[in-house]
Amino acid sequence: MTAQPSRCRSCKAPAVIDLPRHNANFCAEHLIQLCHRQMAKAIDDYDMFRPTDRLLVAVSGGKDSLAVWEMLIEAGYQADGLYIGLGIGEYSEDSGGYVRRFADERDLHLVTIDLREDYGYDVPTAAIATKRVPCSACGLSKRRLFDKAAMDGGYDAVVTGHNLDDEAAVLFGNTLRWEVDYLARQFPVLEARDGFPKKCKPLVRLTEREMAAYCLVRGIDYVVEECPIAAGNRHLGYKEALNAIEKQSPGSKSAFYLNFLSQMSPLLEGQSAAAQGEVDECKRCGAPTTGDVCAFCRLVEKSGTHVAVPVEMVLKTRRRRH
Amino acid sequence: MKVLLRNPKREVEVAGGRSVNRLLDDLELSREAHLIIRNGTLVPGDARLDETDVIEVRPVISGG
Repeated sequence: MTAQPSRCRSCKAPAVIDLPRHNANFCAEHLIQLCHRQMAKAIDDYDMFRPTDRLLVAVSGGKDSLAVWEMLIEAGYQADGLYIGLGIGEYSEDSGGYVRRFADERDLHLVTIDLREDYGYDVPTAAIATKRVPCSACGLSKRRLFDKAAMDGGYDAVVTGHNLDDEAAVLFGNTLRWEVDYLARQFPVLEARDGFPKKCKPLVRLTEREMAAYCLVRGIDYVVEECPIAAGNRHLGYKEALNAIEKQSPGSKSAFYLNFLSQMSPLLEGQSAAAQGEVDECKRCGAPTTGDVCAFCRLVEKSGTHVAVPVEMVLKTRRRRH
Repeated sequence: MKVLLRNPKREVEVAGGRSVNRLLDDLELSREAHLIIRNGTLVPGDARLDETDVIEVRPVISGG
Protein backbone atom coordinates (compact mmCIF):
# COMPACT_ATOMS: atom_id res chain seq x y z
CA MET A 1 0.00 0.00 0.00
CA THR A 2 1.38 3.46 -0.93
CA ALA A 3 1.45 5.92 1.97
CA GLN A 4 -0.62 9.08 1.54
CA PRO A 5 1.59 12.15 0.93
CA SER A 6 1.54 14.56 3.84
CA ARG A 7 -0.94 17.41 3.59
CA CYS A 8 -0.89 21.09 4.59
CA ARG A 9 -2.36 21.68 8.05
CA SER A 10 -4.26 24.72 6.81
CA CYS A 11 -5.69 23.71 3.40
CA LYS A 12 -4.98 19.96 2.98
CA ALA A 13 -3.07 20.57 -0.28
CA PRO A 14 0.13 18.50 -0.73
CA ALA A 15 2.74 19.77 1.74
CA VAL A 16 6.20 21.02 0.74
CA ILE A 17 7.68 20.99 4.24
CA ASP A 18 7.28 19.26 7.58
CA LEU A 19 7.88 21.40 10.66
CA PRO A 20 8.19 19.08 13.67
CA ARG A 21 8.33 22.02 16.12
CA HIS A 22 4.81 22.97 15.02
CA ASN A 23 3.82 19.30 14.68
CA ALA A 24 2.52 20.24 11.23
CA ASN A 25 3.15 20.23 7.48
CA PHE A 26 2.56 23.21 5.19
CA CYS A 27 2.04 23.89 1.49
CA ALA A 28 4.01 26.74 -0.13
CA GLU A 29 1.24 29.30 0.31
CA HIS A 30 0.71 28.58 4.00
CA LEU A 31 4.45 28.38 4.70
CA ILE A 32 4.73 31.94 3.33
CA GLN A 33 1.79 32.98 5.54
CA LEU A 34 3.43 31.38 8.56
CA CYS A 35 6.68 33.28 7.93
CA HIS A 36 4.85 36.60 7.57
CA ARG A 37 2.78 35.95 10.68
CA GLN A 38 5.83 35.08 12.77
CA MET A 39 7.72 38.16 11.53
CA ALA A 40 4.72 40.41 12.29
CA LYS A 41 4.47 38.93 15.79
CA ALA A 42 8.16 39.59 16.47
CA ILE A 43 7.88 43.19 15.20
CA ASP A 44 4.82 43.74 17.39
CA ASP A 45 5.92 41.83 20.52
CA TYR A 46 9.28 43.60 20.74
CA ASP A 47 8.01 46.98 19.45
CA MET A 48 10.58 47.05 16.63
CA PHE A 49 9.35 49.73 14.25
CA ARG A 50 6.31 51.32 12.64
CA PRO A 51 5.14 51.44 8.97
CA THR A 52 6.26 55.07 8.71
CA ASP A 53 9.84 54.28 9.80
CA ARG A 54 12.67 54.18 7.24
CA LEU A 55 14.56 50.90 7.56
CA LEU A 56 18.03 49.91 6.38
CA VAL A 57 18.32 46.16 5.84
CA ALA A 58 21.83 44.72 6.08
CA VAL A 59 21.97 42.26 3.18
CA SER A 60 24.71 39.68 2.64
CA GLY A 61 23.34 37.70 -0.32
CA GLY A 62 22.31 34.88 2.02
CA LYS A 63 18.80 33.54 2.51
CA ASP A 64 17.87 35.36 5.72
CA SER A 65 18.75 38.91 4.79
CA LEU A 66 17.21 38.69 1.30
CA ALA A 67 14.07 37.06 2.72
CA VAL A 68 13.59 39.66 5.45
CA TRP A 69 14.05 42.47 2.92
CA GLU A 70 11.37 40.99 0.66
CA MET A 71 9.02 40.24 3.56
CA LEU A 72 9.31 43.80 4.91
CA ILE A 73 8.61 45.30 1.48
CA GLU A 74 5.60 43.00 1.04
CA ALA A 75 4.34 43.98 4.49
CA GLY A 76 4.42 47.63 3.36
CA TYR A 77 7.55 48.87 5.12
CA GLN A 78 10.00 51.37 3.60
CA ALA A 79 13.19 49.35 3.44
CA ASP A 80 16.46 50.01 1.62
CA GLY A 81 19.33 47.52 1.46
CA LEU A 82 22.95 47.89 2.52
CA TYR A 83 25.59 45.53 1.13
CA ILE A 84 29.21 45.50 2.27
CA GLY A 85 31.80 43.92 -0.06
CA LEU A 86 34.07 42.11 2.38
CA GLY A 87 36.71 41.01 -0.12
CA ILE A 88 36.50 37.30 0.74
CA GLY A 89 37.55 36.19 -2.76
CA GLU A 90 35.04 34.44 -5.01
CA TYR A 91 32.56 34.11 -2.14
CA SER A 92 32.17 37.90 -1.88
CA GLU A 93 31.96 38.31 -5.66
CA ASP A 94 29.12 35.76 -5.80
CA SER A 95 27.32 37.23 -2.78
CA GLY A 96 27.42 40.73 -4.24
CA GLY A 97 25.98 39.42 -7.50
CA TYR A 98 23.00 37.82 -5.73
CA VAL A 99 22.27 41.03 -3.81
CA ARG A 100 22.47 43.29 -6.88
CA ARG A 101 20.24 40.99 -8.96
CA PHE A 102 17.71 40.79 -6.12
CA ALA A 103 17.55 44.59 -5.79
CA ASP A 104 17.47 45.20 -9.57
CA GLU A 105 14.68 42.68 -10.20
CA ARG A 106 12.50 44.30 -7.55
CA ASP A 107 13.56 47.88 -8.22
CA LEU A 108 14.74 48.35 -4.63
CA HIS A 109 17.29 50.90 -3.43
CA LEU A 110 20.65 49.33 -2.54
CA VAL A 111 23.51 51.13 -0.78
CA THR A 112 26.88 49.49 -1.42
CA ILE A 113 30.15 49.81 0.49
CA ASP A 114 33.34 48.05 -0.57
CA LEU A 115 35.94 47.58 2.17
CA ARG A 116 38.88 47.51 -0.26
CA GLU A 117 37.75 50.47 -2.40
CA ASP A 118 36.34 52.62 0.38
CA TYR A 119 38.58 51.78 3.34
CA GLY A 120 41.71 50.24 1.78
CA TYR A 121 41.45 46.75 3.27
CA ASP A 122 39.46 43.52 3.14
CA VAL A 123 38.55 40.87 5.74
CA PRO A 124 41.43 38.45 4.99
CA THR A 125 43.94 41.31 5.27
CA ALA A 126 42.34 42.64 8.46
CA ALA A 127 42.48 39.17 10.04
CA ILE A 128 46.22 38.85 9.41
CA ALA A 129 47.12 42.50 10.08
CA THR A 130 45.29 42.68 13.42
CA LYS A 131 45.83 39.01 14.42
CA ARG A 132 42.07 38.84 15.05
CA VAL A 133 39.93 35.81 14.28
CA PRO A 134 38.60 36.59 10.75
CA CYS A 135 34.94 36.45 11.90
CA SER A 136 35.80 39.03 14.57
CA ALA A 137 37.42 41.43 12.05
CA CYS A 138 34.43 40.91 9.75
CA GLY A 139 31.87 41.47 12.52
CA LEU A 140 33.58 44.63 13.78
CA SER A 141 33.72 46.09 10.24
CA LYS A 142 30.08 45.27 9.50
CA ARG A 143 28.74 46.60 12.82
CA ARG A 144 30.54 49.94 12.46
CA LEU A 145 29.58 50.41 8.80
CA PHE A 146 25.93 49.44 9.38
CA ASP A 147 25.79 51.99 12.21
CA LYS A 148 27.46 54.70 10.15
CA ALA A 149 25.30 54.13 7.07
CA ALA A 150 22.14 54.21 9.16
CA MET A 151 23.11 57.40 11.00
CA ASP A 152 24.38 59.15 7.84
CA GLY A 153 21.29 58.14 5.86
CA GLY A 154 18.83 59.19 8.58
CA TYR A 155 17.30 55.72 8.89
CA ASP A 156 15.14 54.89 11.90
CA ALA A 157 16.54 51.39 12.35
CA VAL A 158 19.02 48.85 11.02
CA VAL A 159 17.39 45.49 10.30
CA THR A 160 19.39 42.26 10.21
CA GLY A 161 18.35 38.77 9.12
CA HIS A 162 19.35 36.98 12.35
CA ASN A 163 17.02 34.02 12.80
CA LEU A 164 16.01 31.76 15.67
CA ASP A 165 18.98 29.40 15.11
CA ASP A 166 21.44 32.32 15.12
CA GLU A 167 20.05 33.73 18.34
CA ALA A 168 19.72 30.35 20.06
CA ALA A 169 23.36 29.57 19.19
CA VAL A 170 24.55 32.90 20.62
CA LEU A 171 22.45 32.33 23.74
CA PHE A 172 23.87 28.81 24.06
CA GLY A 173 27.45 30.14 23.89
CA ASN A 174 26.78 32.95 26.36
CA THR A 175 25.04 30.56 28.76
CA LEU A 176 27.86 28.01 28.61
CA ARG A 177 30.18 30.73 29.88
CA TRP A 178 27.60 32.61 31.99
CA GLU A 179 28.45 35.82 30.15
CA VAL A 180 25.97 37.91 32.12
CA ASP A 181 26.94 41.12 30.36
CA TYR A 182 26.26 39.61 26.92
CA LEU A 183 23.12 37.82 28.14
CA ALA A 184 21.73 41.13 29.40
CA ARG A 185 22.19 42.66 25.96
CA GLN A 186 20.80 39.75 23.92
CA PHE A 187 17.45 41.07 22.82
CA PRO A 188 15.79 41.29 19.35
CA VAL A 189 15.77 45.09 19.62
CA LEU A 190 18.56 47.38 20.74
CA GLU A 191 17.31 50.91 21.17
CA ALA A 192 19.22 53.83 19.63
CA ARG A 193 21.64 55.44 22.08
CA ASP A 194 24.83 57.53 22.16
CA GLY A 195 25.35 57.65 18.40
CA PHE A 196 24.22 54.05 17.80
CA PRO A 197 21.13 53.47 15.63
CA LYS A 198 18.25 51.24 16.67
CA LYS A 199 18.83 47.60 15.63
CA CYS A 200 16.11 45.03 15.03
CA LYS A 201 15.94 41.31 14.22
CA PRO A 202 12.46 40.55 12.85
CA LEU A 203 13.24 36.86 12.03
CA VAL A 204 13.96 35.70 15.58
CA ARG A 205 10.80 33.55 15.64
CA LEU A 206 11.77 31.69 12.42
CA THR A 207 14.34 28.92 11.97
CA GLU A 208 17.02 28.69 9.31
CA ARG A 209 15.20 25.77 7.71
CA GLU A 210 12.00 27.83 7.51
CA MET A 211 13.84 30.77 5.97
CA ALA A 212 15.61 28.60 3.38
CA ALA A 213 12.24 27.02 2.51
CA TYR A 214 10.68 30.49 2.23
CA CYS A 215 13.37 31.51 -0.29
CA LEU A 216 12.86 28.32 -2.31
CA VAL A 217 9.09 28.66 -2.61
CA ARG A 218 9.35 32.40 -3.30
CA GLY A 219 12.03 31.87 -5.96
CA ILE A 220 14.62 34.00 -4.14
CA ASP A 221 18.05 33.14 -5.50
CA TYR A 222 20.64 33.35 -2.73
CA VAL A 223 24.22 32.28 -2.07
CA VAL A 224 24.00 28.72 -0.74
CA GLU A 225 27.71 28.14 -0.23
CA GLU A 226 29.01 28.81 3.26
CA CYS A 227 31.55 31.58 3.83
CA PRO A 228 34.87 29.68 3.45
CA ILE A 229 36.37 31.47 6.43
CA ALA A 230 33.40 30.84 8.75
CA ALA A 231 33.42 27.08 8.10
CA GLY A 232 34.09 25.21 11.33
CA ASN A 233 33.67 28.20 13.63
CA ARG A 234 32.35 27.84 17.21
CA HIS A 235 28.97 29.32 16.33
CA LEU A 236 28.35 26.50 13.80
CA GLY A 237 29.28 23.93 16.45
CA TYR A 238 26.63 25.36 18.79
CA LYS A 239 24.05 25.15 16.02
CA GLU A 240 24.88 21.49 15.43
CA ALA A 241 24.56 20.76 19.15
CA LEU A 242 21.17 22.50 19.33
CA ASN A 243 19.95 20.65 16.24
CA ALA A 244 20.89 17.34 17.86
CA ILE A 245 18.71 18.30 20.85
CA GLU A 246 15.95 19.51 18.52
CA LYS A 247 15.88 16.13 16.76
CA GLN A 248 15.20 14.37 20.08
CA SER A 249 12.79 16.99 21.33
CA PRO A 250 11.20 19.19 18.62
CA GLY A 251 10.51 22.72 19.84
CA SER A 252 13.44 22.79 22.29
CA LYS A 253 15.34 25.43 20.32
CA SER A 254 12.49 27.92 20.22
CA ALA A 255 11.61 27.23 23.87
CA PHE A 256 15.25 27.81 24.88
CA TYR A 257 15.45 31.19 23.13
CA LEU A 258 11.91 32.56 23.30
CA ASN A 259 11.48 31.60 26.98
CA PHE A 260 14.82 33.27 27.70
CA LEU A 261 13.34 36.46 26.22
CA SER A 262 10.08 36.22 28.15
CA GLN A 263 11.36 34.88 31.47
CA MET A 264 15.07 35.59 31.87
CA SER A 265 15.62 38.88 30.03
CA PRO A 266 13.42 40.89 32.44
CA LEU A 267 15.56 39.64 35.35
CA LEU A 268 18.75 40.76 33.61
CA GLU A 269 17.58 44.29 32.87
CA GLY A 270 20.21 46.85 33.88
CA GLN A 271 22.94 44.19 34.26
CA SER A 272 24.82 45.21 31.12
CA ALA A 273 27.94 47.20 31.92
CA ALA A 274 28.14 48.48 28.32
CA ALA A 275 24.67 50.01 28.57
CA GLN A 276 25.62 51.85 31.75
CA GLY A 277 29.16 52.91 30.85
CA GLU A 278 30.29 56.35 29.74
CA VAL A 279 30.73 56.71 25.98
CA ASP A 280 33.03 59.23 24.30
CA GLU A 281 33.48 60.16 20.66
CA CYS A 282 36.28 58.59 18.63
CA LYS A 283 38.90 61.30 17.99
CA ARG A 284 39.19 60.20 14.36
CA CYS A 285 35.72 59.34 13.11
CA GLY A 286 33.39 60.63 15.83
CA ALA A 287 31.84 57.19 16.43
CA PRO A 288 30.88 56.27 19.98
CA THR A 289 33.72 54.56 21.84
CA THR A 290 35.00 53.96 25.35
CA GLY A 291 38.60 54.85 24.39
CA ASP A 292 40.25 57.71 22.50
CA VAL A 293 40.17 55.93 19.14
CA CYS A 294 37.46 53.39 18.27
CA ALA A 295 38.23 49.74 17.49
CA PHE A 296 37.19 50.21 13.86
CA CYS A 297 39.60 53.10 13.25
CA ARG A 298 42.41 51.06 14.85
CA LEU A 299 41.53 48.14 12.54
CA VAL A 300 41.48 50.40 9.45
CA GLU A 301 44.85 51.89 10.42
CA LYS A 302 46.54 48.48 10.83
CA SER A 303 44.87 46.79 7.87
CA GLY A 304 45.03 49.68 5.39
CA THR A 305 48.83 49.83 5.59
CA HIS A 306 49.27 46.04 5.39
CA VAL A 307 50.01 44.29 2.12
CA ALA A 308 46.83 42.72 0.70
CA VAL A 309 46.32 39.15 1.89
CA PRO A 310 44.53 36.62 -0.34
CA VAL A 311 41.73 34.60 1.29
CA GLU A 312 43.65 31.36 0.62
CA MET A 313 46.34 32.44 3.09
CA VAL A 314 43.77 32.86 5.87
CA LEU A 315 42.23 29.48 5.03
CA LYS A 316 45.66 27.84 5.17
CA THR A 317 46.36 29.41 8.57
CA ARG A 318 42.98 28.23 9.90
CA ARG A 319 43.49 24.70 8.57
CA ARG A 320 46.83 24.50 10.39
CA ARG A 321 45.16 25.54 13.66
CA HIS A 322 42.38 22.94 13.33
CA MET B 1 19.06 8.52 -7.98
CA LYS B 2 21.41 11.44 -8.55
CA VAL B 3 21.97 13.43 -5.35
CA LEU B 4 23.62 16.86 -5.39
CA LEU B 5 25.36 17.78 -2.14
CA ARG B 6 26.91 21.13 -1.13
CA ASN B 7 29.81 22.41 0.94
CA PRO B 8 31.68 21.16 -0.98
CA LYS B 9 29.55 20.86 -4.10
CA ARG B 10 29.50 17.24 -5.33
CA GLU B 11 27.21 14.63 -6.82
CA VAL B 12 26.66 11.10 -5.57
CA GLU B 13 24.60 8.21 -6.92
CA VAL B 14 22.26 6.54 -4.41
CA ALA B 15 20.73 3.19 -5.37
CA GLY B 16 17.06 2.51 -4.68
CA GLY B 17 14.05 4.64 -3.73
CA ARG B 18 13.46 5.78 -0.16
CA SER B 19 11.82 8.56 1.85
CA VAL B 20 13.40 12.01 2.30
CA ASN B 21 14.02 11.36 6.00
CA ARG B 22 15.58 7.98 5.25
CA LEU B 23 17.88 9.53 2.64
CA LEU B 24 19.07 12.17 5.12
CA ASP B 25 19.62 9.51 7.80
CA ASP B 26 21.52 7.31 5.33
CA LEU B 27 23.72 10.26 4.37
CA GLU B 28 24.16 11.03 8.11
CA LEU B 29 22.78 14.53 7.64
CA SER B 30 20.64 16.43 10.16
CA ARG B 31 16.97 16.82 9.14
CA GLU B 32 16.88 20.16 10.95
CA ALA B 33 19.83 21.46 8.91
CA HIS B 34 18.80 20.42 5.38
CA LEU B 35 16.00 20.66 2.85
CA ILE B 36 15.37 18.23 0.01
CA ILE B 37 14.52 19.45 -3.47
CA ARG B 38 13.15 16.75 -5.80
CA ASN B 39 13.29 17.57 -9.50
CA GLY B 40 13.31 21.28 -8.64
CA THR B 41 10.49 21.18 -6.05
CA LEU B 42 10.74 21.29 -2.25
CA VAL B 43 9.33 18.12 -0.62
CA PRO B 44 8.59 17.16 3.02
CA GLY B 45 10.29 14.48 5.11
CA ASP B 46 7.86 11.65 4.32
CA ALA B 47 7.93 12.21 0.52
CA ARG B 48 9.04 9.19 -1.47
CA LEU B 49 12.08 9.61 -3.72
CA ASP B 50 12.36 7.34 -6.76
CA GLU B 51 15.37 5.93 -8.54
CA THR B 52 14.89 8.32 -11.49
CA ASP B 53 14.61 11.52 -9.40
CA VAL B 54 17.26 14.22 -9.34
CA ILE B 55 17.71 15.33 -5.75
CA GLU B 56 19.38 18.38 -4.26
CA VAL B 57 20.26 18.29 -0.57
CA ARG B 58 20.27 21.97 0.41
CA PRO B 59 22.09 22.84 3.67
CA VAL B 60 20.39 25.67 5.56
CA ILE B 61 22.91 26.48 8.28
CA SER B 62 25.05 29.58 7.96
CA GLY B 63 27.92 30.63 10.14
CA GLY B 64 27.25 34.38 10.54
